[in-house]
Amino acid sequence: MGQVNEKLSTLAFAVVEENGKTLNVTVPKENLYETASFLRKSCNCDFLMDIVGMDYTDSLGTVYNLSNTQDPAQLVALKTTTSDRENPLLDSVHDLWESAGLYEREVYDFLGIRFLNHPDMRRLFLRQDWKGHPLRKDYDANPALNPVPMENEPIEDMETVPAIELKMGQPVESTRKLFAEDEYIVNFGPQHPATHGVLHLRVSLEGEIIKKIDPNFGYIHRGIEKMSEAYTYPQILHLTDRLDYLSGTINRHAVCLCCEKALELEVPERAHYIRTIFDELTRIASHLLGWGCMAMDMGSITAFVYGMRDREKIMDIFEETAGARLMVNYNVIGGVAQDIHPDFQRKVKEFIPYMRKMLKEHHLLFTGNPIARGRMEGVGYLSREQAVSLGTTGPSGRASGWSNDVRKIEPYAAYRHADFKEVLRREGMTFDRYIIRLDEILESLNIIEQLIDNIPEGAYAAKTKAIIRLPEGEFFQRVENARGEFDVYINSKGDKSPYRIKFRSPCMTLVNTLIPTTVGSKVADLIMIGASLDYVVPCIDR
Amino acid sequence: MEVKDIYIKNMKTGDFKENEYLEEYVKELKNNGVNIFISKIDDVINWGRSNSVWPLTFATSCCGIEFMCLGAARYDFARFGWEVTRNSPRQADVVFVCGTIVHKMAPVLKRLYDQMAEPKYVMAFGSCAISGGPFKSSYHTVMGVDEVIPVDVYIPGCPPRPDAMIYGMMQLARKIKMQEFFRLPLQPDMKPYLEAEQEELKEKEEVADGTSK
Ligand code: SF4
Repeated sequence: MGQVNEKLSTLAFAVVEENGKTLNVTVPKENLYETASFLRKSCNCDFLMDIVGMDYTDSLGTVYNLSNTQDPAQLVALKTTTSDRENPLLDSVHDLWESAGLYEREVYDFLGIRFLNHPDMRRLFLRQDWKGHPLRKDYDANPALNPVPMENEPIEDMETVPAIELKMGQPVESTRKLFAEDEYIVNFGPQHPATHGVLHLRVSLEGEIIKKIDPNFGYIHRGIEKMSEAYTYPQILHLTDRLDYLSGTINRHAVCLCCEKALELEVPERAHYIRTIFDELTRIASHLLGWGCMAMDMGSITAFVYGMRDREKIMDIFEETAGARLMVNYNVIGGVAQDIHPDFQRKVKEFIPYMRKMLKEHHLLFTGNPIARGRMEGVGYLSREQAVSLGTTGPSGRASGWSNDVRKIEPYAAYRHADFKEVLRREGMTFDRYIIRLDEILESLNIIEQLIDNIPEGAYAAKTKAIIRLPEGEFFQRVENARGEFDVYINSKGDKSPYRIKFRSPCMTLVNTLIPTTVGSKVADLIMIGASLDYVVPCIDR
Repeated sequence: MEVKDIYIKNMKTGDFKENEYLEEYVKELKNNGVNIFISKIDDVINWGRSNSVWPLTFATSCCGIEFMCLGAARYDFARFGWEVTRNSPRQADVVFVCGTIVHKMAPVLKRLYDQMAEPKYVMAFGSCAISGGPFKSSYHTVMGVDEVIPVDVYIPGCPPRPDAMIYGMMQLARKIKMQEFFRLPLQPDMKPYLEAEQEELKEKEEVADGTSK
């Protein structure tokens, strides 16, 4: 940290302060691009985790959460504000980090901040004709302003791309068409079984070869972040389960950890162990479903049925302890909701050898299949540099050789008591992304095996106040969910609900990854590559 | 007709928690002048219809996972003849609305529904589809799919268990069984379309008359 701090002191305008492991850098908006490019090039902050759009009531602003692949535990938060609420403009950083392209569109959609020199300033989630920017504090939520539409969004609107550029010191607005007049465009989604949710891809084809892809989001945008600003912290927990429902427990764990960090609450070891075991079971269930769906997309329904069958075993374990199958709602601030069922340990211990045996069968059944191999090998190449720049975390990034496992970088809960290895592969093909998930199931089983017999005795939750108020400040927590790095950013003003809460969705960058990996390949590979990235759309749309 | 008579193979009438609503439905049909005397031909057709309902694969969010569980080995809706999930609305009989419907999705769902061939049915699966559920206070959620399309069966839960879904399916099977196939009641939203169509036809005729004269 010292190094970056030292280097930053050469920038006279930057205000640098340390907040735990995070370095807060505040700059005036004129120097934003300069600082960002300095951080990127000289301080090696090559991984842009997230851009948080902020409304500070008197001004609007952004927070860029940055990390460094060489020293991943070090975080930098770059902040800037603009006092112009009517026509806020900030410099775009999309040429420094590829992931910034979508993040900036999101900030524009939610807060109305436009980014200079960004080539595509369309809204990301809401319809282009939506009135207002919902995350502004003065947003008018009157439903009469935005009634439920009965007609599809006009294609015109989707295709007209506004942009704003700085020419000779003056911002100049322009619009362009996304596709040329004679381009052949196939609509893929929003209702398509292979998009794994309601994602709308507009694919421009040249024969069978993909030339361009334009993802459209927002078909399941539920406004969770805005809703959370009116909810208390324990209420918010229920919404996090529904973001990425396949790793619901893990997302919820992240918010709990973030609140506990803010409250400086001592969580009993027993709760840590139980949470970790639940997280890993969730991960296995998610990977099994991902594997099954990927196989189903290739036409193998049998594999899907096998995957779901094994997943049911985990659902049973969840149900016995927590009372629900999918929406487990088990973590609470301070621990877990209730103690584990007396049969929990026995059932989990029975499950481990069963799953190991079944994995062998899954490999026999599917991995060796020449047709499957033919469709997975040699397609969808993603290099490590691209993965970092796009922010492709999780198994998909690790398949390209980027070691980004938050469980290793910042061991939370009981991961420090477990000895496990981070599964890495080099090639970054569809096949690697496929096989890495099955290997991770094995690793997860190892973790569970080490923890299950050592669950310490004691309380399963710490005592908390009836009304939980977080102290004033900013809090940030990273966890590794089944699809990648899930981050929670809370800005609290000391109230019982957050001033601003932001979730980093690993899936949004996965869809962004789809573009460079598929352009140039056959349209049939789009389905396979998409399935191998394994995104969950409600997590993107939030 | 007595509701008692509706027999479906998979579940006894007494096992249903509530039968009253069906009786009300019958009454409503009668009041609207629909003859609900079911002939033997109807019986045969309905037997076939209620045992081979083809659902559309439609899932927007979390509830979709439970729908997948329903399709997989343990709950296996193939037992009831529901397993032929269709990816095209034109081949589907029923749409399970699994998950939240938001403003941007509402017209898409409406369009899917319009593309389905009559007779068609809708099941609202989960509290989101019923009323907006946990996202009731959101600016972008539709407060229940019945704002967009008519619903036949509501299945509460967040998400409902697959068992609950099977119960809902049986309810729909009964509803299908008691309908007279050759004189199905119009789906509520079809009326304006038909009227508009007829008006259009009339206009055309008038124009044609005018030119011929
Ligand atoms: S009812 Fe619950 S589980 Fe179903 S889609 Fe809504 S939030 Fe998800």
